[in-house]
Amino acid sequence: MTVINSPRPRAPRSRIGRVLTYALVIAIALAIAVPVAWVLLASLKKKSEFFGSPWTLPEGLRLENYVDAFTDAHLGQYFLTSVLVTVFGLVLVLAVSVPAAYVIARYEFRGKGIVQIALLGGLFVNVNYIVVPIFLMLVDWDKALIDVFPGGFFLDNPGVLSLVYAATSIPFTVYLLTAYFRSIPVEYEEAASLDGASRFRIMTRIMLPMARPAVTTVILFNFLAYWNDFIISLTLLPGEGKTVQVGLLNLFTAQKAAADYGRLYAGMVIVIVPVLIVYAFIQKRLIEGMASGGVKG
Amino acid sequence: MLACLLPALVLFAVFMVYPTVNVFRMSFYTWSGFSPDMTFVGLDNFRHLIDDKQFVRAFQNTVALLVVVTVVTMGMGLFLAAIMTRQKLRGRNFLRFVLYVPNVLSVVVIAAVFSAVYDQNNGLLNGTLRLLSLDGWQQVWLGNQKIVLYSVGIAMVWQSLGYYMVLYMSSMSSIPEELYEAAGLDGASNARQFFSITMPLIWQNLRTSLTFFIMSAVNLSFVLVRAMTGGGPDSSSEVLLSYMYKQAYTNSSYGYGMAIGVVIFVFSFLVSLLVSRATRREPLQF
Repeated sequence: MTVINSPRPRAPRSRIGRVLTYALVIAIALAIAVPVAWVLLASLKKKSEFFGSPWTLPEGLRLENYVDAFTDAHLGQYFLTSVLVTVFGLVLVLAVSVPAAYVIARYEFRGKGIVQIALLGGLFVNVNYIVVPIFLMLVDWDKALIDVFPGGFFLDNPGVLSLVYAATSIPFTVYLLTAYFRSIPVEYEEAASLDGASRFRIMTRIMLPMARPAVTTVILFNFLAYWNDFIISLTLLPGEGKTVQVGLLNLFTAQKAAADYGRLYAGMVIVIVPVLIVYAFIQKRLIEGMASGGVKG
Repeated sequence: MLACLLPALVLFAVFMVYPTVNVFRMSFYTWSGFSPDMTFVGLDNFRHLIDDKQFVRAFQNTVALLVVVTVVTMGMGLFLAAIMTRQKLRGRNFLRFVLYVPNVLSVVVIAAVFSAVYDQNNGLLNGTLRLLSLDGWQQVWLGNQKIVLYSVGIAMVWQSLGYYMVLYMSSMSSIPEELYEAAGLDGASNARQFFSITMPLIWQNLRTSLTFFIMSAVNLSFVLVRAMTGGGPDSSSEVLLSYMYKQAYTNSSYGYGMAIGVVIFVFSFLVSLLVSRATRREPLQF
C-alpha cells in the first residue's frame, strides 16, 4: 500500500536529510577554512611550538616571524615588485584592449574575421604551454642587443614581465569587452557624433564609462591572474628581483629543509591576507563577473 | 581605426602567436637551447616519446588526475550548488564566501598550505590522527609513491570546488521555481527533481564548464606539482607539463620538451572535442 501525496510520512526523513545536508556542507566548509586558519595561527608560533600536537594555540602574539619574513626573506621588497608588475600589467592590457575591442564591436574592416578567429583561438592557448619559447625569444633579443645593454635588458626586467602578462591576457580581455560593447545601444554614439564628438571622444567619454561593469570584471580577473602567477615570473625573472610568489616558493623550500616553519607561515600570511581583503570587498562583483561569461580556469 | 587595433595585435602576435608556432616548429629539432647548432630531426622526438618511461608515466598521471579530479569536482560542485540553491540554507552567503576562497589564493600558497597539512611529523593531518589515536592511519602523504598523486588531486579539488559550485549556482538560480513546485506536487523526490529538472536545464552550462575544466586542470596539475612535489618522489607525481618544463630547463633538451608540448596541445584539444561530442544534447529551454 502506498500513500500518495501525503506529506506526513516524509517529514521525519526529510528532517534527517536536512541535518545530514547541513553536516555535509559544514564539513566541506571546515575542510576549506581550517587549514587556512591554522596557517594564520601557526604564523605566531615560535620554533619549539611546532612540535607535538598541531592543535595547540600559540603562547602569545609573537610578531618576530613577520619581521623576519619581511626583511630577512626580502618578502617586503618582492611584495613591492609584485604590486608594480600587476598594476603596470593592468594599465597596459586595458590601454591596448579597450580600443581594439571597441573597433571590433563597432566597425567593419577587412580581415575582421581573421582577427576575431585568431583572438578566439588565443583563449585556448595557456601561457604555461608557451613560456619556454617566450623565454628563449627574450634570450635571443638580449643576445642581439648585447652591445647596447651588456647586462641584458629583456630578462630580469619587471616591465617586460608586465608586458608578457598583458599580451597573454589580450584574448580574454578583448573577448569580454567586445561582447559588452556590442550590448550597448548604438543610439548613444549616434547622438554624440551628431553633437560633433570625435571617435576618440566617443570611446573615452561615452563607451568606456558605460562599459564600467565589464572593465571592472576584466580588472578583477586579470588582477588575480597576474598577482597569483609564479611560473612566468619564475622563468622571466631568474635573477635577484622576484615577485612575492616566487619569493614565497624559495622561502618554502628553504624553511622546509631547515624544519623552521615560523617564518614560512608568516610569509604565507603576508601573501594571503591582501588577496583575502580584496576578495572580501569585491566578492559580489567577482561572482557576477563569473556568471556573465568570465569562465576562465 | 588601425591605430586602435595595432598595439593589441602586435603584442598578441609577438607574445602568443609566434611562441605557439615555435612550440610546433621546435618539436622537429634537437637543440640544447644556448648552443647555435640546431638539427632538424623530423619526427624523431615523437618516436622517442613512446619509449620514454618517464613520459608514459607523466601521461598516465595526467590522465588519472584529469579523470578523478574532474569527476569529484564536478560531482561535488553540482551537488553543493543544488543544495545551496534548493534548500535555502541559513548562512548560505557566508558558505559561498568560504568555499570560493581557495580560488583567489595563489598556487604557491595552496602548495604551502597543503605541505603544512601533509607534513609527516608536524602536519595537521598526521597530528590530528595521532590525537585521535589513529596512529596506524598516518602516512607520508607527499613522500609515498602510491599516495602522492591522490594528495595532489585533493589539493586540486580543494582549489576548484568553490568556483564550479558558484558557477552552477548562478545557472541553477535562473530555473523558474514553478517547475519544482509542480514536480513536488506530483510527488517527485529531491533526487528525482535534480536529475529530471535541474540537470537537463543547466546541461549547456555544464558542457562548457567541463571543457574549460579539462584545459585548466592540465595546467593546475602542473603548477601544483611544480610547487608541491617537484614531480617526485621518483617522478611518481610527474605530469605532462612538468615533464616538459624539466626537459626544457633542467635537461636542456628544448626540442624534446617542445615535442611534449605538442602532445599536450593535441591531447587537450582532442579531449575537449571528445567531451563536447559526447555530451551533445538538444538545448532545452524553460
